[in-house]
Amino acid sequence: MIKLSRVTKIYQTDLVETIALNDVSFNVAKNEFVAIMGPSGSGKSTLMHILGALDQPTSGDYFLDGQNVSRLSDDQLAEIRNRKIGFIFQSFNLLPRTTALKNVTLPMIYAGIDRHERQIRAEKYLKMVGLSDRMFHLSNQLSGGQQQRVAIARGLAMNPVLLLADEPTGNIASDQAAEILKIFCQLNDSGHAIIMITHEPDIAQYAKRVIVLRDGKIVEDKKNHHRLWT
Amino acid sequence: MDLIELLRECFSNLALNKLRTGLAILGIVIGIGSVIALVSIGQGSQKQVETQIQSLGANLLTVIPGGQNSGAVRGASGGGTSLTLEDALGILSSSQITTVKSVSPESSRRLQAVAGKNNTNTQVIGVYPLYAEIRKINLASGSFISQRDVDSLTKVAVLGATAASDLFGDSDPVGQNLRLNGQTFKIIGVAESKGGTGFNNADDAIYVPLSTAQKQLFGTNYLSTIAVEAKSKELMTQAQNEVGYYLLSRHHLSDPTNADFSIFSQNDILSAASQVTGTFTTLLSGIAAISLLVGGIGIMNIMFVTVTERTREIGLRKSLGAKKKLIITQFLFEAAILTFIGGVIGLIFGVSVSFILSKTLSFPFAVSFPSVFLAVGVSGIIGLVFGWYPAKKASDLPPIVALRYE
Repeated sequence: MIKLSRVTKIYQTDLVETIALNDVSFNVAKNEFVAIMGPSGSGKSTLMHILGALDQPTSGDYFLDGQNVSRLSDDQLAEIRNRKIGFIFQSFNLLPRTTALKNVTLPMIYAGIDRHERQIRAEKYLKMVGLSDRMFHLSNQLSGGQQQRVAIARGLAMNPVLLLADEPTGNIASDQAAEILKIFCQLNDSGHAIIMITHEPDIAQYAKRVIVLRDGKIVEDKKNHHRLWT
Repeated sequence: MDLIELLRECFSNLALNKLRTGLAILGIVIGIGSVIALVSIGQGSQKQVETQIQSLGANLLTVIPGGQNSGAVRGASGGGTSLTLEDALGILSSSQITTVKSVSPESSRRLQAVAGKNNTNTQVIGVYPLYAEIRKINLASGSFISQRDVDSLTKVAVLGATAASDLFGDSDPVGQNLRLNGQTFKIIGVAESKGGTGFNNADDAIYVPLSTAQKQLFGTNYLSTIAVEAKSKELMTQAQNEVGYYLLSRHHLSDPTNADFSIFSQNDILSAASQVTGTFTTLLSGIAAISLLVGGIGIMNIMFVTVTERTREIGLRKSLGAKKKLIITQFLFEAAILTFIGGVIGLIFGVSVSFILSKTLSFPFAVSFPSVFLAVGVSGIIGLVFGWYPAKKASDLPPIVALRYE
């Protein structure tokens, strides 16, 4: 379902050329839960941006759901992000002073889904992440864990093929972090592909597969046999 | 995303941060309101000056002694010795003159007037009864100088409003006496205020019979002014010519450039006055331009800051699948809504301010549509451009860069 083939990303500043990703190839199947690990500067953020159609590779191809994303215009990329990818950011990125419900409906507004349908779906996904009693709370009235669960519900709203989480527990207290990861495992069990970027081995333990990056290259790609969630 | 959806989104965004929205609207209100208020105050005062001049009498010609060629040294105005009562009566009775309705011979000097303990230096004007009609003097009490007063040289006086209050305060002067040049005059009337100010204040005057003034007070047979009322405004030029040639022949002068008198029409005064008010308008346009600039920069700032502040939000919206055009459209709509609301309130604000000021300072209320269009137009365009530009800049950023924007 996801296929990266010889993806290279080079950042060009005035004099310095930084190779952020160097000839990276891997596939991710429909029911996988992958953790991408690596120290800072290893290229995992760059990889996440390419996987999220937020940035395009300098060379190589990225196929998402059969479509070559590395050759698309800005507006086509926006469409891909809207329909195929659910983002979960480290800093949640909810609209400030806006209800949880409204935040979840936002990607559906851009997809042109009608109001009534948006409402129904948003309620459904907020219920799924355990926030049925917080739908009309403003985003700034929620705890970090709750905000991240709103973000997950928002990520699910368009029923995307891929959930992409960037350090999803980085800004959350550890007891709430376990809660978030449990939700990820449940979503994966119900058939969502998840790619999660993290630098914490504890967090990576929830994934089925762990890819380790160093200096823009994959140095390890293995099944996780000590998975915390079964 | 259709239009209704977009508008709903815009309004809910504007409602989200009420302080920010309020400040943006306030900036636009002040920008537009101040321009409208300033310009309409200016135009109100201009109109006031014009009506004041009109109220002096629109069909009036003023003949004064002394030629218009100013090469030679001339005596002070009013001291000339070329116009006589016979000139004035001749203008009225001559068969050559067909366009004149009435004539008022006048002779005036500044004199010290004394009443009891009060005294004032004021303009004493010797008049015929027609003076009141031609100069549009209405009496507050008593009566004006009559033909009998003129014929029999009676010592009676009518006070202008300012002279009356200077000499008698709040008490009614009618029936009381005042002294001019050591002679006692009986006051028979008080004029209503004409509201004049500054030089030639019609309220600061004392009217006495012309004959009394010439023989008893001034010791002269000459006139300082002949006021001539034309039959209509359209006949002013013709009347000016008729009177001019009549006086030339009476004074045995053949060359008009040697005339020993000058004729001014109210039009001359009006055009001089409109030059003054024109200067006034220029001044006000300058003030308006500056306030437009200041208001515009205010709007520019607030729009720029509020939109730039939302760069992260733009990044988020883009990463959730909003297309660039949609984001720009949304921010443009929000700017348009702000500018519209601010514009309407600013319009009401500016008009009310000038209305209240015109009432308290008692000048005519005038709103000029060009200034309203200019204020609303310029501020509106500034509001739109500086709402649109940072939104365009932010949506041009890659979403990841916009998301990290601090």
